[in-house]
Formats: sequence, C-alpha cells, structure tokens
Amino acid sequence: MRFVLRRLGFFVLTLWAALTLNFFLPRLMPGNPALAAIGNHRGALSPDALKVMEAQFGIGHQNIVSQYFSYVGNVFTLKFGSSLTTQPGVSIGRIVLDAIPWTLGLVGLTTVLAFLLGTGIGIVGAWRRGGRLDSVMPPVFVIMTVIPYFWLGLILILVFGVNLRWLPYIDSYDITLTPALSPSFIGNVLEHAILPAFTLLITTIGTWILTMRNTMITTLAEDYVRMARAKGLPGRRIMLDYAARNAILPNLTGFAMSLGFVVGGAIIIEEIYNYQGVGYLLLQAVNNTDYPLMQALFLLITVAVLVAILFSDVATAILDPRTRGAR
Amino acid sequence: MAADSASEPGLLPGAPGLAPGGVPAGGVTGARSLRRMTRAVTSNRKATAGAVLLLFFCLVGAFPWLIARDDPQAEIYGRSLGPSLRHLLGTTAFGQDMFAQVVWGTRPVLLIAFGAGLGTTIIATLIGVSAAYLGGFWDGALGLIIDVLLVIPAFPLLIVIGSYLHGAGTGVMIGVITLISWSYTARQLRAQALSLRSRDFLEAARVRGERSLYIIVVEIIPTMTSLLVASFLTNALYAVLFSSSLQFIGLGDPYVTSWGTMLYWAENNEAFQTGQVLWIIVPGLCIVALGAAFALLNYAFDEIGNPALRPVRSMRGKSAKRPR
Repeated sequence: MRFVLRRLGFFVLTLWAALTLNFFLPRLMPGNPALAAIGNHRGALSPDALKVMEAQFGIGHQNIVSQYFSYVGNVFTLKFGSSLTTQPGVSIGRIVLDAIPWTLGLVGLTTVLAFLLGTGIGIVGAWRRGGRLDSVMPPVFVIMTVIPYFWLGLILILVFGVNLRWLPYIDSYDITLTPALSPSFIGNVLEHAILPAFTLLITTIGTWILTMRNTMITTLAEDYVRMARAKGLPGRRIMLDYAARNAILPNLTGFAMSLGFVVGGAIIIEEIYNYQGVGYLLLQAVNNTDYPLMQALFLLITVAVLVAILFSDVATAILDPRTRGAR
Repeated sequence: MAADSASEPGLLPGAPGLAPGGVPAGGVTGARSLRRMTRAVTSNRKATAGAVLLLFFCLVGAFPWLIARDDPQAEIYGRSLGPSLRHLLGTTAFGQDMFAQVVWGTRPVLLIAFGAGLGTTIIATLIGVSAAYLGGFWDGALGLIIDVLLVIPAFPLLIVIGSYLHGAGTGVMIGVITLISWSYTARQLRAQALSLRSRDFLEAARVRGERSLYIIVVEIIPTMTSLLVASFLTNALYAVLFSSSLQFIGLGDPYVTSWGTMLYWAENNEAFQTGQVLWIIVPGLCIVALGAAFALLNYAFDEIGNPALRPVRSMRGKSAKRPR
C-alpha cells in the first residue's frame, strides 16, 4: 500500500511538473512567438477563450503568478481556449475529442497486436535456443527497430499504394462516404487502417521480441526450470507456465507503459497517411503555428503517459511482490 | 515509433545485463577495459559489422569532397534527372546532384549522433553519479529531477520546442536533444553508483582524504566504462532517429544538407508521384544503416556483458540439440 501511495505522490508531482513546463515553455522561447500568433487572430476568438489563453501565454496586465494559477485552474476545469488557425475559433476540447478515437483505434489496437505477436515470437525463439528462428532473429530485429517509421511508411505507400494500387493510403476513410455504422463504411475504415497499422507493427514488434527473448533466456537458466525438466514435465508446460510466466514481467510493464504512448506514439505515421488522429492534429498545429492547440495536445500526450506509468507501477506491485519493498 | 521516447520498453532490459554482470569489481582501469572492448569488437560478429559500418560513415562524413565533387546545394543541373554516370543517383526536383547530397548529408547526422551521444552521457554521468555519491538531500532532489524528466514524452516535447525555434540547425539540434534525453542514462548510472557506494576501494580513497570530485572521476567513473559505452551508443542512435524525424517534418533547418532534410524536400515535392523513388529510398537507407551500426554495436556489448544471450552455435557440437 505504501508503494502505491508513493507512486501516487510521484504521479501528482510529475503532473505538476508537466503543467509548469507547459506554462513556461512559450515564455522561455525567443520572442515568445505565441504572443504574436494570438494577437493576429484576436478577432476570431470568443471572450471566454481569449481569457483562458491570456493566462496561458502571458498576455495582458496580470502578473505571472496569477497567470500561473488561473492557467492551472483552467486546465483542471478542462478549459483550453480555442484553436487559432487549424479550425479557427472552434474550442480545443472539441477538436481533440474528435481526434482521440481515431488514434486510439489505430495505434491502440496495433500496440496490443504488436505486444501479443512479439511476446509470442520471443517466447518460442528463446525456447528453441539455437534453432533457425533464434539465430536469425536478433540481428534482423535489431535492425528492424532502427528503421525510422516514417520512412517505412513512405516505402509501403510507394509499393502497395502508388505502384500496386492494392490499398488506400490517404485519410482514415474515403471522404466521399458519410460516416455511418454500416458494414461498408467500417470496411472502408479498416482498409484505410491497414497500411499505417502495418507500418507501426513492423517497427515496434522487434522491441517486444528481443525483450521477451532476452529475459526468457535468463529465466530458462533458473533452477526451478531445471527442476521442472528433471521432473519430466512436458516441454510446452515448462515453456509457458514456468519460464514465460516469470519472464513476461518486464514485457508486461513495458506494455502498460506503451499504452500511454498510444496517444502520442505515431505522430509522423498519422501525418504521412493523413490519418486524422492526435498526432496528425499536433503537426497541423505546429505547421499552422496554432500554439494553444499544440500546447493542449502536448499536455494530453504527457498526461496519457503519466496515467499509464501509474497503472504499470500498480500492476507490477500486484504481479511481482519483490518490487513492493524496493525503491 | 519505438524511438518516441527514451523510456521505451526495449531499452529497459539491456540494463541489468550490462550493469553488475559486465563490470568487474572495482579497481579495473579504464585503459584495460577499453582494450577488452577492442578485443570484444573483433571477436563478436555483430560488433564487427556495426564497427565497420560506423567507420565507413565516419570516413564519408570526414572527407565528403573526396567522394562527391558536386556542390550539394547548387541548383545547377537538369531537374529530376534519372541516375547516370554523371549523376549517380540522378538529380532532385530543384536540379541538385542527389549523390552529393547523400554524401555531404552524412556529416551533420554524425555530428548530431556523436554530439548528443557524448553530451547526454556526460550530463547523465555528472548528475547520476553525483546523486548517488552525495546521497541524502541531493540524491532525493536529483533523483526526482531524473524521474520527472524520464516520464515526459521526449519526441512530442522535441516537436513543441522545435516549433518555437523555427528551423533548428545542427548545433541547436544537438543541444535540444541532449537536454531532453539524458535522464534514462542518469538513472542507470545512479543505480550503478549506489551499488558501489559501500565498496572497500571507495572507503580507502575516503580514508586517504581524497576530495569528492577526485573519487567520482578517478575511482567511480572508470568502473562504469561498459555502461557508459552502452549509453553513448543508445543515445547516439536515438539522436539519429530524433533529428531525422524532426528534419523530416520540417522542424530542422531546411537548408542544411542532411538525410532527414532530403526526405523533407522529397515528400514536399511528391517524389513518389513524379517517380523520383531514389530521393526517398536512399536517404532512408542511410539512416537505417547508421542506426543499425549503433544498434548492432550496442546489442553486441549487451551479449558480451551477459554471456547467456550469445548465440549458442559454437556449443552445438559438444552437447545435444538443446544445450543446457
């Protein structure tokens, strides 16, 4: 329990640090470019939104301390002001809420898939030590993890989109269709998700495989595994119930953490596929110097990571009693 | 991508393998472990491959004019030419020689990799080791800063900072990447230094009356050589991926010749639609090859530090199918 409380304290502290960073970043930048951007679009903003952004970016005559407190207050009441240029005048909360499901669907599902597949391959690879899979695996996946995913995305677009014309590679669905819960629309969405999902899968799966394999190899050398072998238990059972069950811990905590990176984890993939999620929105905001939207998205991405880390800590504490006393 | 943050899962398990196992008990000098490392590089195939690749890029980055005589930025040739003997990779949509761009683009990437790799390792060593050595309040405070920075997602933060800076050149890129990504290594080094704190050779130095700085630099840091090398390689790899990504989305200085910038211009000119495939394929392959060099070296050192991970090929002759 004490462990969980400590982690909760750390969560609050990092949240505060993230807020403070978000507050001071625009002020620390040469010339505070956000000021000019907001000044240029003053006309398009509602008085409420303007008030929120004045506190965040330091416009007007309030001193910095009261700006800071009204900023923190605004964040906790989920007031982020409105977009300047990306969707002028629309409230940021609205824009972000529209983007989140797309990212969760695409990146979230792919992350789960990559974890399951990668962990499975890692287990089998380590079990058949010295086999064909195991000898090819490490170098191949070491190299696969360094492929910049945006580049792989471009190559997949070139091969399967432009040349072979097998799959669509622009937008999250055919924009001539009206969104509906019909089989044809859902099919269309899935079709558009194949290339970006595959890009993400290829570039992330290597990490899961190597982590699992390496921990599994260490675990296979433990005495209790030898004991299980000596008892003559079937290989499958030793592999899954004895070795993998213990070796999977680092992968599980890694998985909990990677769920936090779902929100901001595929920024450039969404960009090159024009996929209307959070990452695409972030780069839109960056390109349009829409600083209020950009800062709000950065905060969202950070908070997602913090929440995931909190969960991962609690999960580890439940699954692995040894960690409870540590740190 | 997996490189979105230094707190990605893949980096975590490398640590235990390298930390206590790879480091012999205190007192080993830096020179001796360096010599061991050289031997290790020549005896491990992954390490050799990585070292050869890295050396190749270093040579290209150091002497680009020996390989490509064209000015990489001059827009003086025919536009969008295909590959020929005069232009080995053809020309860009602006009429620049693409081969010259690839060759000259090696240098800024390497500068960023080495600059940020060294920078992060140095900052991480100073902060991590000081925290562990000083203990008490300082350990708490520095440890907290490390942990907080560790969980702020690095790549989105880079994007936000990059968007305010408008076109980060090589120097700014090194600075920003260094400032953001030292925390993971600092945490590893702090843990390693903590485990050393009560060892006899440090006690002896203290009794001799050495100053803290001397103890940290001369007694503690040399015992961490393999961890420092791993840190340098990992951070250099991430710097390559981070900076290329930033350049690709247009947050770098678009007039610096480098692989990421080439990809940025290629995408802006819709190189696919116009059939200029090489403009996208070649710079990307270079990034992959350089990244692979760092990653292979790192993985090989991990194998050296943790013998259990090594390929079991050589043992096959002696024992049955599954060596145990």
